[in-house]
Amino acid sequence: MDYFDIFIGILGSAVRLSIPLLFTALAGLFSERAGIFDIGLEGKMLVSAFASACAAYWTGNAWLGLAAGILVAIAFSFIHGFASITNRGNQIVSGVALNFVAAGLTIVLGQAWFGQGGRTAQVPGSGRFAPIILPGTDAIRDVPILGPLYANVISGNNILTYIAFLMVPISWWVLYRTRFGLRLRAVGENPGAVDTAGISVSWLRYRALIVTGFLAGFAGTYLAIAQSAAFINNMSAGKGYIALAALIFAKWKPVPVMLACLLFGFLDAFANFMQGKSLPLIGEVPVQIFQALPYILTCVLLAGFIGIARPPKAGGVPYTKER
Amino acid sequence: MSLDLPKEIEPAIELVGIDKKFGAVHANKNINLTVAKGSIHGVIGENGAGKSTLMSILYGFYHADQGEIRISGKPIVIRDSQAAIAAGIGMVHQHFMLVENFTVLENVMLGAEGGQLLRKGVASARKELKRLEDDYGLEVDPDAVVEELPVGSQQRVEILKALYRGAEILILDEPTGVLTPAEADHLFKVLRVLRDQGKTIILITHKLREIMAITDTVSVMRRGEMVATRKTSETTVEELAELMVGRRVLLHVEKGDANPGRVLLSVRNLTVRDARGVTMVDDVSFDVRAGEIVGIAGVAGNGQSELLEAIAGIRKPYSGEIFIDGKPVAGIDPAGLRDLGLAHIPEDRHHMGLVLKFEEYENSILGYHRDQRYGRGVMLDLDAMRKDAEEKIAKYDIRPPNPRLKTANFSGGNQQKIVVAREIERDPNVLIIGQPTRGVDIGAIEFIHKRIIDMRDAGKAVLLVSVELDEIRSLSDRILVMFAGKVVGEKTGDAGEQTLGLMMAGIAA
Amino acid sequence: MSTASVQLPAWINYIVVPILNLVLAFFFSGLVVWAIGESPLEALRLLLIGALGRGEGIGFTLFYATSFIFTGLSVAVAIHAGLFNIGSEGQAYLGGLGAALVALSLDRYVPWYVTMPFAVIGAALFGAACAAIPAWLQAKRGSHIVITTIMFNFITSSLMNYLLVRVLIVPGKMAPETRTFLEGGQLPKLDWLISMFGGKLGAAPLNFSFLIALVMCFLVWMLIWRTKLGYEMRTLGISPTAAGYAGIPYAKIVMIAMLISGGLAGMMALNPVMGASARLQIEFVGGAGFVGIAVSLMGRNHPVGIILAALLFGILYQGGAELSFDMPSITRDMIVVIQGLVILFAGALEYMLRPAIVRLYQQISGK
Repeated sequence: MDYFDIFIGILGSAVRLSIPLLFTALAGLFSERAGIFDIGLEGKMLVSAFASACAAYWTGNAWLGLAAGILVAIAFSFIHGFASITNRGNQIVSGVALNFVAAGLTIVLGQAWFGQGGRTAQVPGSGRFAPIILPGTDAIRDVPILGPLYANVISGNNILTYIAFLMVPISWWVLYRTRFGLRLRAVGENPGAVDTAGISVSWLRYRALIVTGFLAGFAGTYLAIAQSAAFINNMSAGKGYIALAALIFAKWKPVPVMLACLLFGFLDAFANFMQGKSLPLIGEVPVQIFQALPYILTCVLLAGFIGIARPPKAGGVPYTKER
Repeated sequence: MSLDLPKEIEPAIELVGIDKKFGAVHANKNINLTVAKGSIHGVIGENGAGKSTLMSILYGFYHADQGEIRISGKPIVIRDSQAAIAAGIGMVHQHFMLVENFTVLENVMLGAEGGQLLRKGVASARKELKRLEDDYGLEVDPDAVVEELPVGSQQRVEILKALYRGAEILILDEPTGVLTPAEADHLFKVLRVLRDQGKTIILITHKLREIMAITDTVSVMRRGEMVATRKTSETTVEELAELMVGRRVLLHVEKGDANPGRVLLSVRNLTVRDARGVTMVDDVSFDVRAGEIVGIAGVAGNGQSELLEAIAGIRKPYSGEIFIDGKPVAGIDPAGLRDLGLAHIPEDRHHMGLVLKFEEYENSILGYHRDQRYGRGVMLDLDAMRKDAEEKIAKYDIRPPNPRLKTANFSGGNQQKIVVAREIERDPNVLIIGQPTRGVDIGAIEFIHKRIIDMRDAGKAVLLVSVELDEIRSLSDRILVMFAGKVVGEKTGDAGEQTLGLMMAGIAA
Repeated sequence: MSTASVQLPAWINYIVVPILNLVLAFFFSGLVVWAIGESPLEALRLLLIGALGRGEGIGFTLFYATSFIFTGLSVAVAIHAGLFNIGSEGQAYLGGLGAALVALSLDRYVPWYVTMPFAVIGAALFGAACAAIPAWLQAKRGSHIVITTIMFNFITSSLMNYLLVRVLIVPGKMAPETRTFLEGGQLPKLDWLISMFGGKLGAAPLNFSFLIALVMCFLVWMLIWRTKLGYEMRTLGISPTAAGYAGIPYAKIVMIAMLISGGLAGMMALNPVMGASARLQIEFVGGAGFVGIAVSLMGRNHPVGIILAALLFGILYQGGAELSFDMPSITRDMIVVIQGLVILFAGALEYMLRPAIVRLYQQISGK
């Protein structure tokens, strides 16, 4: 295999690994821009993965699986909203709590329903999102550089992958070109301005969280019935936190979010590739370095060494009218 | 209490029997108020008199427990701000309700976007802003980012927001607190134009000068009650002041002549910049001698707060020197300065002077907690702390006299006494004070003023910052005026109000 | 009417409210059990018997509680200084390295009581080291400590993973773990404590670190409420501006508080590493750092409350393990659900019941 093929291989795998990050980071984008910190993204991803696997297994329909994943993620968003918006609780505590509930509940229910130690049963082919071969793949496969790139990176992904990339411009458009987006960005900076303009802060934030749940539902569904064919214990494996890191790394903006997710996906893919291999001159590089790199990069960014990451001003603070 | 209006003038707003309680606090007691259409009506009262609560009810922020609101004669229920806006009420808040990283246009559109998509609304908002600018002289660049605008312009954005939503009734809550006199004049000009075009304006303030300058009619609130309504042309500052506090105001504090000794506090070419790099204090120099009170007058936001914080060691000076009793101290932290005999009564007792969640006795050592008398070495001696607190409570008549009570549960005046007691009882050589009587009841004001003069008579150097010109004039032996970060002039303690006012506006030196 | 400003008596705030929140958490956990088709009450009975029925069960319960006391104290100390340390998990993990290095170097030369003080220091130092960078980033660069400590959990995990798989592993063995410590590197079991009450410790790994945890509770109480440093931490935690006014150095207090917090989390490692398995194993912390968040919240950041809450979670962990034997349809992960619900109700929803309680209190007290 020559280096180019290896590179294409890693790139294709990077795209696939970045999709759940992308959905989740965009999900976090909506809640954090509305002033609600959400470290419960991990949990939402997990419950939606479980729900979509169950629904897809029972109905044999991938789209119903997606719908179930989205619904359950939105339900978790509502609990987060109930705690942090309605009851003005600590958003970080609420997020931590929901991550635990998700981690425990998926295994308890999975064991009770399927008896496979927390795994769900294997989802049949019709219940999964299969790769789509884009037209013309075979025709240009032999064109140098472009051919393999098209065949292995751009084509051959499942529909959710394309939806993920589509969500980036859509998110941008919603945030910057619609009334909802204007209000959402405003409520994350100064909820008082929104309130005095006659707009309900609570309902606006709840709606932002619904969007968060919606997108997180895609992420979980992707994990369970697009990337694999069943729910596996703790299958989000910290991806929610990497997505959070990507969101911060991208300074809470949609297009940079995509780039950050691709970068972190690439690091992941590269780590997989490097497993057990050694680099010329350097020798064997521990894969753990690549696993830790997204977190290290985010800390470096947060330290203000590469630009300033300014979070939404009202983030994390419950809104209260009373003086 | 409502004013008899001539029959032909229709009322824009009528409040009938408005009543509101917050827990045990009766914020508004059976308030009646009528405001004529096309007039400027002032509502005046001390801090905590219930003005802001009343206006918040009118704007739908709170709900009255009882009473009725009528707009143009029709009773309406104002459930939320949306309903208030729909009824043609606009509000300019004391703390601006602006999204700082949005443009002026985005701020104005927020909540009145004209459709799900922004594109169409943007064009029409731009046109409407131009019209408002032409009609009322409200100039602002619609594409400027709000946080980059001066305060006066930000306030104009707030007014534009209200007008853009079609407000016929405009409520302004303490609008001049953050403005320079020139900006305030501009605001008043705009308000007159608005009135002449038929808008109704309610101006909430505690500044008598403003009431006399701009209003047509005025209502006075005291302790949650509406105590009087007058035509402005038929009343006087003295009458209003008396109505506000409920008895003759002691405009002059008893004090003998100053006996200045050697220089104890000296500031030389001090420059202070804030986090953004903006110069807040600009090359300021002055001395304070033993046995004198030097007052710093100025409109809020002209660098007084930063000056105090720099002297107190909370803020690092950008350049210049500070001397206490001849010793250079710039760069020493607040704890080190206390050791050198500096005491500081800060402007903001809620966020600086006190930890409201602490019990009283814990606050009575704040800043002096490392002192050996409150515990040896690294340990705290709670018995010593409580005994010390009890002594101060007795001496300063702090009520209720319970050192175990949470500080948040004391009234404003008693909270301020806790701070004053702590700072004065250390017997410092230099005392710096910011807004000593803000939000403090009149009895406590007299007590605190008396204590400040006692300090002077005991040969201490006192530096006093206040935005209340009356307070500065009645306490100070010398007055420095700050404008835009500079000391623009010095006067003796008996300087006229007029002269000082002009200096505060940066007009005459 | 606003109820936010009403002051409730301490016994309502510190006893009634936590118990009500706990009841709610258990109610919803019961719903999950019921949904699976088991009897919630029977499950609760089995759980309590498993945790408290025999000496061995109690030994396990106290063993788990020991870990949770350390991590709970870790979270609480940071909270008093206004810092939310989510990194106790990683700090405990690195603390294990400190304890293991001491045990590995001393175990063949000296008895346990000589090793122990060095191990305590080693565990605390390594735990503190793990907290040092997030603390510094918060103190000097203003980076949000919640985010950086989360990041450091993962960074630490990668680091330990590498060390155990590549460096510390016993040559020729598959399991990523160190060699077993000799007796000089092990903390003794507390058989006598259980036999004092007429029980038998059996296989339960309750060990000397339980006593260290209790000592730490006392020291933390002293620190927070009886020292000048604690006063400064509490001032900073409630009001940073008041702390600035009082001349309390922000960066220094943030650093000290986080180093103490990290040190306490690091000491948690003594319990599983030197007290139970006598070797450093991969992922030995097993979520105890996160349980510390729940314990601290439940215990209202007070050492006494933390002991009680740690016991509660000890009961849950031990009882949950026993329960999963008796009711195979309920896996051990049920405790993770309960734990999440406790954090939700005692932490995020702590104000939910308040208005109702205030109204009830006012009616009863006639105010």
